[in-house]
Amino acid sequence: MSTTSIMITGVGGQGTLLAVRVLGNMALRKGYDVKVSEVHGMSQRGGSVVTYLRYGDRVYSPIIEKGEADVILAFEQLEALRCLPFVKPGGRIIVNDQKIDPMPVITGAAAYPEGIIDRLKERAEVTVVPAIRIAEEVGNARTANVVLLGTYAKNSGISKEEWTEVLKETVPAKFIDVNIQAFEKGYQL
Amino acid sequence: MKKLMLGNEAVARGAYEAGVRFVSSYPGTPSTEITESIVQYRDDIFAEWAPNEKVACEAAAGAAIAGARALTCCKHVGLNVMADPVFTMSYIGANGGMVIAVADDPGMHSSQNEQDSRHYAKAAKIPMLEPSDSAECKEFTKLAYEISEAFDTPVFLRLSTRVSHSQSLVELKERQEIPLKDYQKDIAKNVMMPGNAIKKHVVVEERHQNLTAYAETSPLNVIEDNGSAIGVITSGISYLYAKEALGDRVNYLKLGIAYPMPVEKIKAFAKSCEKLFVIEELDPFIEEHVRAMGIPCTGKEAFTMLYEYSAAMIKKAVFPEEGQEDAFTAPAAPMRPPVLCPGCPHRGTFYVLKKLGLTVSGDIGCYTLGATVPLSSVDTTICMGASVSAAHGMAKVRGKEFNKKLVSVIGDSTFMHSGITGLIDIVYNHGANTVIILDNSITGMTGHQDNPLSGKDIYGDPAKQVDLELLCRAIGVERVVVADPFDIKKFEEVVREETASDEPSVIIAQRPCALLKYVKYEGKCSVDAEKCRKCKMCLKLGCPAISWKEDHIEIDETQCNGCGLCMNVCPFGAIGK
Repeated sequence: MSTTSIMITGVGGQGTLLAVRVLGNMALRKGYDVKVSEVHGMSQRGGSVVTYLRYGDRVYSPIIEKGEADVILAFEQLEALRCLPFVKPGGRIIVNDQKIDPMPVITGAAAYPEGIIDRLKERAEVTVVPAIRIAEEVGNARTANVVLLGTYAKNSGISKEEWTEVLKETVPAKFIDVNIQAFEKGYQL
Repeated sequence: MKKLMLGNEAVARGAYEAGVRFVSSYPGTPSTEITESIVQYRDDIFAEWAPNEKVACEAAAGAAIAGARALTCCKHVGLNVMADPVFTMSYIGANGGMVIAVADDPGMHSSQNEQDSRHYAKAAKIPMLEPSDSAECKEFTKLAYEISEAFDTPVFLRLSTRVSHSQSLVELKERQEIPLKDYQKDIAKNVMMPGNAIKKHVVVEERHQNLTAYAETSPLNVIEDNGSAIGVITSGISYLYAKEALGDRVNYLKLGIAYPMPVEKIKAFAKSCEKLFVIEELDPFIEEHVRAMGIPCTGKEAFTMLYEYSAAMIKKAVFPEEGQEDAFTAPAAPMRPPVLCPGCPHRGTFYVLKKLGLTVSGDIGCYTLGATVPLSSVDTTICMGASVSAAHGMAKVRGKEFNKKLVSVIGDSTFMHSGITGLIDIVYNHGANTVIILDNSITGMTGHQDNPLSGKDIYGDPAKQVDLELLCRAIGVERVVVADPFDIKKFEEVVREETASDEPSVIIAQRPCALLKYVKYEGKCSVDAEKCRKCKMCLKLGCPAISWKEDHIEIDETQCNGCGLCMNVCPFGAIGK
């Protein structure tokens, strides 16, 4: 099988690392070769954070390059826009509708771009997910990452039961229930 | 059993399987998770956070001399701090087996420079192994101990951000129990004074010859012959980028031993190719070795010394006629630089320092972000500890009045690391600087490691806590004040008073990191639109939760952690909970 590339993008602190761990463990369970590349350290402090996941029969580079991503899971709109050149033409973008102002917008040096979703649609098939609202409905805004994961899982060709099992193995025990609920909601979209 | 592991976790696993007994490190991105992952092997390995890399390396050296397999881990700039013991341990050797894992940061994701640590291997005449993925991280770590003991030398394990922080599959094995080697007093071997060192230098040079011979036949230096006329010499993460870009269309010489490099093997490989490329991130380390043998090759003129490589740039350089650029242009998107977190205690400090227009000698940690807009408060950042000593130099040449508008800012862990010596310099040499120790009760930027001021050890168990106030007084600072950086008014008064003084002084800005689990602020802040006069004072805090929306101030509830600092700076009482 040729390599599948999934890019996960967001703002430091949004929980992108957990989402990629679930995806990585799923690829492992399916018997693929897997590479994941994360960003730790300074960028995690509220900066743009990009994580790459690649799986297939044999994966070399852990990095996804321009025009290579089959799917982008974007945890924030502006970060989806920033990563747009990385998605394959006709690829898929699942984007949280949340907007977080970066410091240049806060200080007035730049404006938050308008019409991001339309721009994304010019290159990719786009699903917009109100992940924060849904996560709050299940009782924990921090599970927005798992809501997005649920939306991705639906068309992944892997059964919901398998996803739920991997999720259970990956998240801390005391947060399993709320994460399962968040996953279900995302899956049902 | 196969497991998906970070390169760093795999190094830790390798150390465990190799029977390592002692690990001492100071945290530094991208190396931190090696030592953090060692914690799970507590029954078999003693692990610790040392105050700095030099101490960590010396502790590991002691453990190795005493007969145990020992490990110390650092980032590239941490290797600068430990360079002193490293160079002399090269002479002493290793007895029990000693590995120094060093992680470079091409692209500077989280670092102040982009130095290439392979030069240290050459300068200290210490062999260096360089894995490409997590499986190799584990295997090379184990091999490093075998080499260390066989050749009686410390061994470097060189990682880089994309090796350390990429996960790939690792096959787990059992731990091999390695008994402590005998410790015998051996003055000629272990006491490096001139009479002994003169003799040991001969041994080091002989060892270097033996290691070069080993590199000729070592299974770590692999030739992949794909029957091509093009040859590529590469190592580490660059090997994976090259494989991704060029596949089986070229021949490879993958150097698992970055130093010393083989001579005959490279000559033979070069002979088998019509065109030879050397692909390596950062400095032309392999390239210079190849050229010194009189072998023509294409290196930095086709690639770059800057930042990280990619498969696309390698493909373009090796097969330029095939390079198809993706015509899609990136949409304009405002940058999102890292910022101090919502609720960060440092924000209060920098707000006051900016307001008072002070020159700020900065340091390494989260609070380096005090240099970013809108706080833009920090003037200089050099290395760990330099905030204190550099300010001493500044004050001495620019005089008393300048010093009254000058402060140093340094975190609690960084002060323990190497700030204390700078402060002794100030006290001893008649300085009158003001040093602000940003005591947030944790090592922040690297992801919350305990330190001698946090009262806990690496396992989270209670540990003796250094009394910071008493420590400063003990070295001769008579003016030591503890202040809360969120009590803006009081904090400003303290800074004014201490900078005005003609004596050295220390302000301990005390408030825990907002990300610590026990730090909980009640409620979220919001703006009362009727009371708000739109003066935008709150925007000066640079809080990611507060922004100006067309014609009003808004606080993003999902971002706000309820710290209330904005309530303290609003002159109209328009922000509440």
